Amino acid sequence: MATERDTQLTPGKIIAFSLVGLWLVVAAFPFFWTFWGSFKVQADFFSKADWTNALWGPQTIAETGSPFTGQGYAGAWITEEFWRNFINTGIVTVSTVVISLTIGTLGGYALARSGFKYAFWLLMAALVFRAMPHITLVSGYLMPFFEWNIWGHLPTTIIVLVAINQPFTLWMLHSFFLNIPKDMDESAMVDGCTRFQAFRHVIVPVMWPGVITTGLFSFLLAYNDFAVTAMLLSDQNETIIPAINSFLGTTQVEGKVMYAVAAVVSATAPLFVLILFFQRQIVSGLTAGAVKG
Amino acid sequence: MKHRTFFWFILPTLSAMILFIALPIVSVFIQSLYVGHEQVLVVSESCGPFGCTETTSVDLEATEALREEAPLGRFNGAETYLNRSHLAFAEIGVAWAEAETWGSFWNDVRDLPFYRALAFTLTYTAVVTPFVLVLGLAIALGVNTLPRMLKGPSIFVSLLPFLVTPLVGSLILFWMVDGDGVIGATILYLFDDPNLSLKASATLTWTMLIIYGIWHTLPFSFITFYAGLQTVPSDTLEAAKIDGANKWQSMLYVVVPHLMPLVSFVTLMLLMDNFRVFEPIVSFKAEAHATSLSWIIYNDLRESGNPLYGSAGATSILTIIGVIILLTPVLIRTWRDFNRKAH
Repeated sequence: MATERDTQLTPGKIIAFSLVGLWLVVAAFPFFWTFWGSFKVQADFFSKADWTNALWGPQTIAETGSPFTGQGYAGAWITEEFWRNFINTGIVTVSTVVISLTIGTLGGYALARSGFKYAFWLLMAALVFRAMPHITLVSGYLMPFFEWNIWGHLPTTIIVLVAINQPFTLWMLHSFFLNIPKDMDESAMVDGCTRFQAFRHVIVPVMWPGVITTGLFSFLLAYNDFAVTAMLLSDQNETIIPAINSFLGTTQVEGKVMYAVAAVVSATAPLFVLILFFQRQIVSGLTAGAVKG
Repeated sequence: MKHRTFFWFILPTLSAMILFIALPIVSVFIQSLYVGHEQVLVVSESCGPFGCTETTSVDLEATEALREEAPLGRFNGAETYLNRSHLAFAEIGVAWAEAETWGSFWNDVRDLPFYRALAFTLTYTAVVTPFVLVLGLAIALGVNTLPRMLKGPSIFVSLLPFLVTPLVGSLILFWMVDGDGVIGATILYLFDDPNLSLKASATLTWTMLIIYGIWHTLPFSFITFYAGLQTVPSDTLEAAKIDGANKWQSMLYVVVPHLMPLVSFVTLMLLMDNFRVFEPIVSFKAEAHATSLSWIIYNDLRESGNPLYGSAGATSILTIIGVIILLTPVLIRTWRDFNRKAH
């Protein structure tokens, strides 16, 4: 029930509302601006004369006859063959998520059900591994990978991303499995199941919410990675994030900056859809580690 | 769980971590003890009618053969750690002896690549983390008072800057603050100084990177605190109200203590993530004024044709040591908790 005190606008509330409002504008405006500007020509989006040009697009009208143009997108997707990078990203992220969830659930389950000291030490080691900047590991990969001739291929990168993903996946699934009562699988074992059968028939059917949440974060890690993919993939196997970076290196030519802007908007779109559909799971995943200590 | 079953369950994930995390650290360490081969020089004497001239040239074949034979390079011991690009004790000693004031000593040290990167990385971590903690808590409290209808959308909007690819997110901001972008142009207009450029000044570059850092990580602390606020016991709040506590007091003495465990969790996560700051420097092309530890490793490895494995390895090992120092308090506390539970 809302009492009078709750509905009143106190100065404290006004400050709180305006702070939230300000934050929301700061959070969202750059995305709107770049999305809107990606349909303009460079002279408008990076207007030296007047920033309102980016809104109404006089140069865009002058050059193309309409206030919106798909030139940037056509340039990125067709001329620069951005779709190849998108396919590579698809292969890398899907394989990484599937493999790391498969081996991560097994490991996370074992860690949650083992009370021995080594389980604790494994979790601690995983915490240190998780804190290490990825680029420090990359400097260890390069030389052996060149020697064995496996540098530049997608499977190599996938395996590396799976491994880098593991510490996080283990922590998350471990805390998730701790929440599934021990009695469930133990009673199945009393009934004559082996440990693996109990896992397969009792735990697997109830573990999906946690696995989906963990999968979302594995996806984000693989999708957003720059350090590993930029250093370990050859030019024709590049995924979208390093591809955007190499666009920038070569886009001093007039007009090509808009290719990068279009590519950036294209790379953000899947994330937008992801948040739209999985907001609840993402929020619960972010706080899962926190609430359970 | 039996040891044997545990072993089979953990085997795939453990072997992935050993092969691709633990062994690479060893490989990085070994690399850091070596440096690349010098080029093999041959001196040939060509004698003509007017006497003999000596020419020195690079023997490409011999150099290549040497690289084939020992790809690691030649053993260099701890030299790489001590050279000018890393710990540079010798240079610091000289600077210390020659400097007359603290300021000039600092200026000399800040010219050394490793300390330059360390200075930025630590400043970034130390500024972004507290800002994000305080602002995140404030916004969480604000959103908590919003009508229910607006809570979902505001969380949706807040998630965008956090989940967006760091390289992409920083590019989006960079294009806006660029001299021709909307914010950059407005600043030029406001200060009426056409030569003012965000990219040309070290202070402005640092500010810009730190603002990006706050923008990018604020949602994490906001959402964690917001979730924590949902679990504040309403009985305690009501009791505080009956005892005559005003809003401010009940927040300070009920809500904040309830959120304290979350504060340490968020701080830990923020420290880990901020310490590895890397992509914004690439996006903002800020390397002239700000470099981070991750960035100098990347730069060493990218030297096309001739990556500096030794140098990158040494920086990596120093960075890993930094991470462990950063985590020590957490590790010690978890260890104590574990022992308390065990006994």
